[in-house]
Amino acid sequence: MNNRVVITGLGIWSCLGNNLDEVKESLHAGKSGIGMDMERKAWGYRSGLTGIVAKPELKGLLDRRARVGLSEEAEYAYMATLEAMKNAKMDMAWVEKNEVGILYGNDSSAKAVSEAIDTIRIKKDTTLLGSGSIFQSMNCTVTMNLSTIFKLKGINFTISAACASGSHSIGLGYLMIKWGLQKHIICGGAQEVNHFAFGSFDGLSAFSIRENEPTKASRPFDKDRDGLIPSGGAASLIIESYESAMERGAPILAEVVGYGFSSNGDHISNSNVDGQVRSLKMALNDAKLTASDIDYINAHATSTPGGDLAEALAIDEVFGESKPMVSSTKSMTGHECWMAGASEIVYSMLMMQNNFVAPNINFENPDEASSKLNIVRKTTEKNIDVFLSNSFGFGGTNSSLIIKKFKK
Amino acid sequence: MTKAEIIERINGFLVDEFEVDIEKIIPDANLRETVGLDSLDYVDLVVIIESNFGFKVVAEDFINIHTFQSFYDYVEHKVTEKASA
Repeated sequence: MNNRVVITGLGIWSCLGNNLDEVKESLHAGKSGIGMDMERKAWGYRSGLTGIVAKPELKGLLDRRARVGLSEEAEYAYMATLEAMKNAKMDMAWVEKNEVGILYGNDSSAKAVSEAIDTIRIKKDTTLLGSGSIFQSMNCTVTMNLSTIFKLKGINFTISAACASGSHSIGLGYLMIKWGLQKHIICGGAQEVNHFAFGSFDGLSAFSIRENEPTKASRPFDKDRDGLIPSGGAASLIIESYESAMERGAPILAEVVGYGFSSNGDHISNSNVDGQVRSLKMALNDAKLTASDIDYINAHATSTPGGDLAEALAIDEVFGESKPMVSSTKSMTGHECWMAGASEIVYSMLMMQNNFVAPNINFENPDEASSKLNIVRKTTEKNIDVFLSNSFGFGGTNSSLIIKKFKK
Repeated sequence: MTKAEIIERINGFLVDEFEVDIEKIIPDANLRETVGLDSLDYVDLVVIIESNFGFKVVAEDFINIHTFQSFYDYVEHKVTEKASA
């Protein structure tokens, strides 16, 4: 079976805004969502830089039983999914009668785990953890909670693949629908933003310490980049078979046409050009497209010296002749980690729908590798027919997705 | 802590945390049915009682708590017992 897979709903909760309209405005304006969290300094962080993400107000939206099981990242995921389902015209009455699945990227729930362990240490009594702790603490906190809240009856599990989690969730959802195993799936990625979550990452000296200029600290591909800025929130997509979308009368926003993936088989944290190139080529082959068909690449580039260098070399190797426009929206959002692969599809979708390419802000001076790419410094009005989004994670997990403007 | 203070505090967390309509909190009304408590909610009730009154409810104690009044009486008894210990 070879079903066409379309996107019918999008939702976002990020440091660029709490809904699609706000995020679209931020992207177009090249507005940074980065700020300082002084509490991190008190906790011994090298860098207090972080994406500033609003806390959702869920009272009135969800009853207490539903709320107590939600971790921080699951709260974000709920808000993003609510928006995605609304604009996919997927209401609860329809969902309850149909087999809707969920595949969501998440790779930690550090705050919930830390708080539970603190309670055990202090109280020496596990019954004082409360009923929600277990449902907040597991990596599958998002899929476990949202499948219950939205009464989902299809496939239901979490993808933990480091910073490629969100991208793989869409890729796997795409394959499930393409092969006829599912008709409709909620895909996405969520990322907690708290000082429990990022301490070990900070300890690797992976974060920018340009604390005197928070909005200039994330500078993917720039010669003077000094590390990434942690960030988070959640992004959701509703993907379904073309037939299902037509039957439901759902708005078809775009088509997922290619998914490439690979493993570096190399170092646990260092990037690898060969692994990325294989992922890019596999995505192009799957989409039956050539490099010159890609109008825009949303790069994974996180603003680390080594990571951006490898990606620039990989993009140049595959796209060196056609030189599509490239930007890393992480220049504005920071690195949304487990969420990034999904949020960057949402950001790129907003660009495709509104005919612009968002800038790679803070790209002032290229290095030798990035000088070979067509990196967009200022918001550029452009028709995008096809875009590609890269996500690469620790352990050498790579994912590339290709999305095409829908044509019958 | 007086009985009135205990009742005020219990009603406070039932309204704030368990989202019970204050008008439905009547001494003779059934606690479980009115609040809509399921097995997981009882776990949270243990936590909230401990943080408000400083004693730990054992699950068996809930067997004899049927109404709001019996809940107030139980907490008052445990608070008094703790104070005199």
